[in-house]
Amino acid sequence: MKRSRVPLIVTMAMLVFFYLPIMILVINSFNASRFGSTWGGWSLRWYLRLLHEREIWYALKNSLVIAFSASFLSIVLGTTAAFALHRFASRLQKAHYAVIFAPLVMPEILMGIGLLLFFVALGVKLGLFTIFLAHVTFCISYVAMVVLGRLQDFDFSLIEAAQDLGANWWTATWRVLVPLLMPGIVAGGLLAFTLSIDDFVITFFVAGPGSTTLPIRIYSMIKHGSPPLINALSTLLLVVTFAAVWFSQRLLEVRK
Amino acid sequence: MKDRRRFLELLATAPSALWLAVFFLVPTVVVFAIAFKPTSPYGGVDAGWTLETLASLGNPNYPSILWRTFWLSILTTVISIIIATPVGYFLARVRKRWRQFLLLLIIVPFWTSFLIRIFAWKVLLHPDGFIKEGLVFLHLVDGGTSLLYNAWAVLLVMIYSYLPFAILPIYAAAERFDFQLIEAARDLGARQWQSFYRIFLPGIRRGLLTAVLMVFIPALGSYLIPDLVGGPDSEMLGNKIAQRVFMDRNLPHASALSALLTLAVLLPMTAVLFLPGRKGRPDLMTGEEK
Repeated sequence: MKRSRVPLIVTMAMLVFFYLPIMILVINSFNASRFGSTWGGWSLRWYLRLLHEREIWYALKNSLVIAFSASFLSIVLGTTAAFALHRFASRLQKAHYAVIFAPLVMPEILMGIGLLLFFVALGVKLGLFTIFLAHVTFCISYVAMVVLGRLQDFDFSLIEAAQDLGANWWTATWRVLVPLLMPGIVAGGLLAFTLSIDDFVITFFVAGPGSTTLPIRIYSMIKHGSPPLINALSTLLLVVTFAAVWFSQRLLEVRK
Repeated sequence: MKDRRRFLELLATAPSALWLAVFFLVPTVVVFAIAFKPTSPYGGVDAGWTLETLASLGNPNYPSILWRTFWLSILTTVISIIIATPVGYFLARVRKRWRQFLLLLIIVPFWTSFLIRIFAWKVLLHPDGFIKEGLVFLHLVDGGTSLLYNAWAVLLVMIYSYLPFAILPIYAAAERFDFQLIEAARDLGARQWQSFYRIFLPGIRRGLLTAVLMVFIPALGSYLIPDLVGGPDSEMLGNKIAQRVFMDRNLPHASALSALLTLAVLLPMTAVLFLPGRKGRPDLMTGEEK
């Protein structure tokens, strides 16, 4: 029986559609010419220029501080959430699941404006701290979903075995469950880290004066700055993202 | 023992549930409340209550913006589903080694910065970009037309951005689909497209429904895409919200518009939560169905 070739062709065309813009951007970041349409030869000049952009370094520092702290806290909150969702089946967990899942579908702009109005109503000064709170809020759900996926593969008889051998609940959790779940937890953390370092919309709403993050900086460069510099900066961020995806895939493969 | 189990459950649920109650549920309610507050002259919110903001939603520009937001989101959803369905079909049938590699390629854009992905299109569609020059060379457009800053550019980049959200649920459903049904239909004399249309599509309908909602909901809230590749006549509701916040600093007005958007996404959101059940949601990391 002949199979249609249409699905194959659509899939390949879609991959070209996905990656063509990104590839052009990466290639252009090495273009010595200022204009994207003319090729001036290979060059690292835009990357060298980045070194002298003080504002970018300042924004990078802010972004890293937020990404590390937000992913750390969301790992803790997301993992306990996944544990509760997996271990207990009650009405409480149904509601818990709804509140974990909702931020994944909620348009970013609504989360951003909600948090902004909330902070304004409470009189909280906008800045790095409000960005941190916002990032933890959307990262929890992603970490919880990733860890929940790993928990479904987890063999809970190992916990029972540990308890039969005299471990109490606490020891069994810390010495058996958490180490075995570690690849999933780290992968969830990596996802949280990249989401945090890449986030623009929510951050833009809750940022205050002086709390520029890298995406906010890139946004203002897109609005008023020089495209070749953005190409170079974007390429560096893409490398970080690809490395994170690759690394988390490796982590999850080892478990299988 | 039962009390202890209950206590453990509360202990494990409380941190995330409380955090999201404070920083997700309360802010969503606050959006509705602030819509009834007067603006303060300093760009904040004054005490007291008013219906003035709601009355100002009668702005004659708004119906056209709402309509545009709606049709751009619908078109994005329809086209994404049309592309994602054959892709999901292909992924479910291809050999395992290939499948893992292709899934990885589809998941990477999920992780990649939204801002950078939109910027890449801005470069590509730029008047000096090679797409424009190619089209001019082929005499498909004349030198004066701009590929950027119109509703078609917004639609293109929306499809580009939201397509991955459609592929994963459709693939998850296609993976569970029993392809022998298609062979049976063919043996019984169905044509290729008939077996696809009458057997495959109904078989993955839950995946299709999830995909529709996963694209349509975020699409309604688009703000960055029309902001960067759209023009003044391709603004969406999200742009108006951002303008009220960042340009006129009229928070009650922004909040009234956001309340409208929240109401618009609430219905499909409840559907996505309750319809497909907990099983069959694609894994965020591997795309495999869990």
